[in-house]
Amino acid sequence: MLLISCPHCGPCDETEFHCGGEAHVARPHDPAALDDAAWGAFIFMRNNPKGQFNERWVHAAGCRRWFNMVRDTVTHRILAVYPMGSRPPAGLGHLGAAVVEDAQ
Amino acid sequence: MTKPMGSHRTANGGRIDRSRPLSFMFDGVTYGGFAGDTLASALLANGVHLVGRSFKYHRPRGVLTAGADEPNALVQLERGARTEPNLRATQVELYQGLVATSVNAWPSLTHDLGAVNQLLSRFFVAGFYYKTFMRPKVLWDRVYEPFLRRMAGLGRAPELPDPDIYDKMHVHCDVLVVGAGPAGLAAALAAGRTGARVILMDEQAEAGGSLLSSAESLDGKPAPDWVADALAELASLPAVRVLQRTSVFGYYDQNFLCAVERRTDHLGPGARPGLSRQRLWHVRAARVVLATGAHERPLVFADNDRPGVMQASAVATYVRRFGVRLGSRAVIFTTNDSAYDAVDALLAAGIGIAAVVDSRPDPGPRAEAARAAGVVVHAGCVVAATHGTRRITGVEVRGCEGGVLAPAGLRLSCDLLAISGGWSPAVHLFSQSQGRVRWDEAKLCFVPGEAAQAQTSAGACNGTFGLGAVLAEGLAAGASAAHLAGFGDGAVPATPAVAEVAAAPGDALWLVPGLKPLGRAGKHFVDFQNDVTAFDIRLAAREGFESVEHVKRYTTNGMATDQGKTSNVNGLAILADTLGRAIPEVGTTTFRAPYTPVTFGVMAGRDLGEMLDPVRTTPIHAWHVARGALFEDVGQWKRPWYFPLAGEDMHAAVRREAKAVRDGLGVLDASTLGKIEIRGRDAGVFLDRIYTNLFSKLGIGRCRYGLMCKEDGMVFDDGVTARLGPDHYYMTTTTGGAARVLDWLEDYLQTEWPDLEVYCTSVTEQWSTIAVSGPRARDLLADLAPGMAVDPESFPFLSMREGMVAGLAARVFRISFTGELSYEINVPSHLGLAMWQAVMAAGARHGITPYGTETMHLLRAEKGFIIIGQETDGTVTPLDLGMDWIVSKQKDFVGKRSLTRSDTARADRKRLVGLLPEDEGEVLPEGAQLVEMAGGTPPVPMLGHVTSSYWSPNLGRSFALALIKGGPERLGQIVFAPLAGGRTVKARIVEPVFLDREGSRQNG
Ligand SMILES: [Zn+2]
Repeated sequence: MLLISCPHCGPCDETEFHCGGEAHVARPHDPAALDDAAWGAFIFMRNNPKGQFNERWVHAAGCRRWFNMVRDTVTHRILAVYPMGSRPPAGLGHLGAAVVEDAQ
Repeated sequence: MTKPMGSHRTANGGRIDRSRPLSFMFDGVTYGGFAGDTLASALLANGVHLVGRSFKYHRPRGVLTAGADEPNALVQLERGARTEPNLRATQVELYQGLVATSVNAWPSLTHDLGAVNQLLSRFFVAGFYYKTFMRPKVLWDRVYEPFLRRMAGLGRAPELPDPDIYDKMHVHCDVLVVGAGPAGLAAALAAGRTGARVILMDEQAEAGGSLLSSAESLDGKPAPDWVADALAELASLPAVRVLQRTSVFGYYDQNFLCAVERRTDHLGPGARPGLSRQRLWHVRAARVVLATGAHERPLVFADNDRPGVMQASAVATYVRRFGVRLGSRAVIFTTNDSAYDAVDALLAAGIGIAAVVDSRPDPGPRAEAARAAGVVVHAGCVVAATHGTRRITGVEVRGCEGGVLAPAGLRLSCDLLAISGGWSPAVHLFSQSQGRVRWDEAKLCFVPGEAAQAQTSAGACNGTFGLGAVLAEGLAAGASAAHLAGFGDGAVPATPAVAEVAAAPGDALWLVPGLKPLGRAGKHFVDFQNDVTAFDIRLAAREGFESVEHVKRYTTNGMATDQGKTSNVNGLAILADTLGRAIPEVGTTTFRAPYTPVTFGVMAGRDLGEMLDPVRTTPIHAWHVARGALFEDVGQWKRPWYFPLAGEDMHAAVRREAKAVRDGLGVLDASTLGKIEIRGRDAGVFLDRIYTNLFSKLGIGRCRYGLMCKEDGMVFDDGVTARLGPDHYYMTTTTGGAARVLDWLEDYLQTEWPDLEVYCTSVTEQWSTIAVSGPRARDLLADLAPGMAVDPESFPFLSMREGMVAGLAARVFRISFTGELSYEINVPSHLGLAMWQAVMAAGARHGITPYGTETMHLLRAEKGFIIIGQETDGTVTPLDLGMDWIVSKQKDFVGKRSLTRSDTARADRKRLVGLLPEDEGEVLPEGAQLVEMAGGTPPVPMLGHVTSSYWSPNLGRSFALALIKGGPERLGQIVFAPLAGGRTVKARIVEPVFLDREGSRQNG
């Protein structure tokens, strides 16, 4: 069970959190402007890297706030925790081919 | 049948309490033992060496080990509700009245039908599961599987509820030390002295590990005395906790470890009512020191499994710690120095030694010391065969050079054969922690490589042997762990003085040649529990299996409940030799939790029965119970299902309730509906993006029904939202969807639109909701709320009013889920019951009838109103439901773009329609598949399925809702529902609204 450092509450057991999948997949500003393939990619296509992965997590049984995390999917090590709307710390994470532009 | 107590004991000594005799029963025979015995030591002290039958060949088997690595002595403990299978007799502490049976013997241990399997043994070679029992398939259920299950034994699960209680502890510590042998005690002392919070967990009844059966001295004290002093010091340190009988069985991410503490098992079943039998420990440690010791490897020689063949270290343990005279004439067969401890123990106990057979041509100083004590040592020799059936009677000793046996040798008679093939560090927890092991060619074992977590291995589990070195490593690990956790300066305490023992290197002897070629005569067992032989591993390699993981599964080597503690390395080495590779090139297997089996009971803990999941009830629940309601579970909620009168079944009750609502007045406790307050400057904009329809233009005091979709365009939840003020909305959701809707709103607010100023607050439990429904509802409200204008012009459909109802401040929403004139009266929860009682009292003259969820479902279906999770299943769009009228063409909303994706816009999607069965009494089963024609040759194309189905007293007939391909284009057509049993029901497709299509009842 992971020990996750919530940016607001400090280290807590994984059971208090939910994972929200890949981070930095922003909702397109104008969905109507996208063709089916582009919209389908936004809804359905996600990266599944071996190694560093940027994920969204929410402290569901704590402060209920969302944040981003860089986690190594092989070792389960948590390399960084950073706020929503910000970029991962330099050199960390794997921002793949999906939409990488943040909402903000 | 009673046997005399423990006639095979040493005259004195050992850690058993000879003043406390105990009696116990094994396979129907009563024996005696002493407090401090294990079941295994007590049996051995009664001369019982035959304790089980092997898995495939049903060969007689004896006790091989003295610990967690035991593959043979598996017992079924106790009977009835408390029976437990597959316990290792070497770990079961003896108590008065213990009852155990051998798991692998049917019909009995000494007369074993399964021994015929030995004659059929050619069927049981590697991969026998895949070869022997494959064809014909029809035989599997009736013959092969029952046969295998019967023959395999492996114990029986209890068939009665577990009468014991279990609990859980969640703890944090600075240093967790696993194992209280010399390394673990030293680590705990060094860490504990710094003031760090230290937990020391040890699987045995008493701390000390190998020191309890050691003849060595520490600082001039006998080893057990040093242990006692160490424990006394640990007890004096307030931040140190020592837990015996506690097996750490799992090592998970970020230093999270699980352990099971056996709190009352050693006292016997039911001995401490009210006290938990076992406790599951969840430990999060800043640092972990693993001091889990090592397992002695058996040697792989012909017929190495006879009762009386035992690990050399176990021989020393049974003699010294338990005072057992294991035999009268022993042979010791070894490749290394450690077996000479057994020689010393046997000599001290006065047990005869026929010879030591040491594979090393030049065995070194310990052999010389044995010779000096009068022991015959055959250097450069091996045991090439054994004799005996239910007990070993002799061995064939041959010289062996370069893997080739000398043509002649000698036969030694014996009743005990102590064997040592070297040691395998117990790297199980290290491996579970994601650490990689590496092969140490000098020590001939896998040792931990670089730690993957905040962890250190110390002592034998780190490949460090020799007491002085083990103690020094434990002290250093403990001091360092504490320092890294922020305690002490890392200084390592002085190592206790121990006598240096001159040592010689061990021999790499993985497979001892037999008198005939491998597989021809005798069996070279590698995995005793799963009956895997060296021949099986050779065969697997010949058949093309090269990966150790494949060979493991094909041969089942290391796959038994002991997880190959004694067999993995031997199997790997034999595979490597067969493939002509070095051991590190072949690899090693991964160890997984649990280290030793764990009961389901302790996993469940207190999460049983009504403690399994919270039960949510409304403030009116007690009234429903008193009224005789039956309840339906909706998520965690208990909702009244129906309120039967005397003599009514569900159908009668629902018929009465449903008529009452349509003809007069009904009342429903709707308090479980999800309720979310949405506030803030941008609340309206937010709801416009969330719902398929528009809310920002909703007038204050007005209500609107809304649908929510996920981004894929599929309907997710629905409900009515009211506008209470310019920046204030009150959303309702489905009962089961409340939590996930709130989570989802928060997700969008925090991660997609953080610029919106909106706050969402769950108020589900803050409000009680009482829905009054029926033609008399307005009369009732007028009676209850004389100050509220209730005429249709003043209080129209889809509006809300605040005011006094029955003298209580209330919010009244004029909305309808029945299609009747309805009001939902909301009051703060603590007033819910009072309001309900006031409604019932005032409603008496209108014939008010409480109704439950079954009637609610029926009434809404008559109107074609959907239920999320019934008409929807995550693959249904608003358009599929015929709800185009609620889907905004102007604005964007979550999921809108998906509604025009080619798949979502397909013409032949399943769409909502009504069904009228031809037989008006026939109620179609919900979920029934619908096809175009009766009969036909399978596979018949499926048109769709029934989503809701009832018999309606208001329609006087049965009806259903269904999702059917191109449904609205098929109005008037006939479909067929083939049912289980071959019957087919015919139904006509109709509009999904069966009553009051123009809505005059609810709107009037
Ligand atoms: Zn938090």
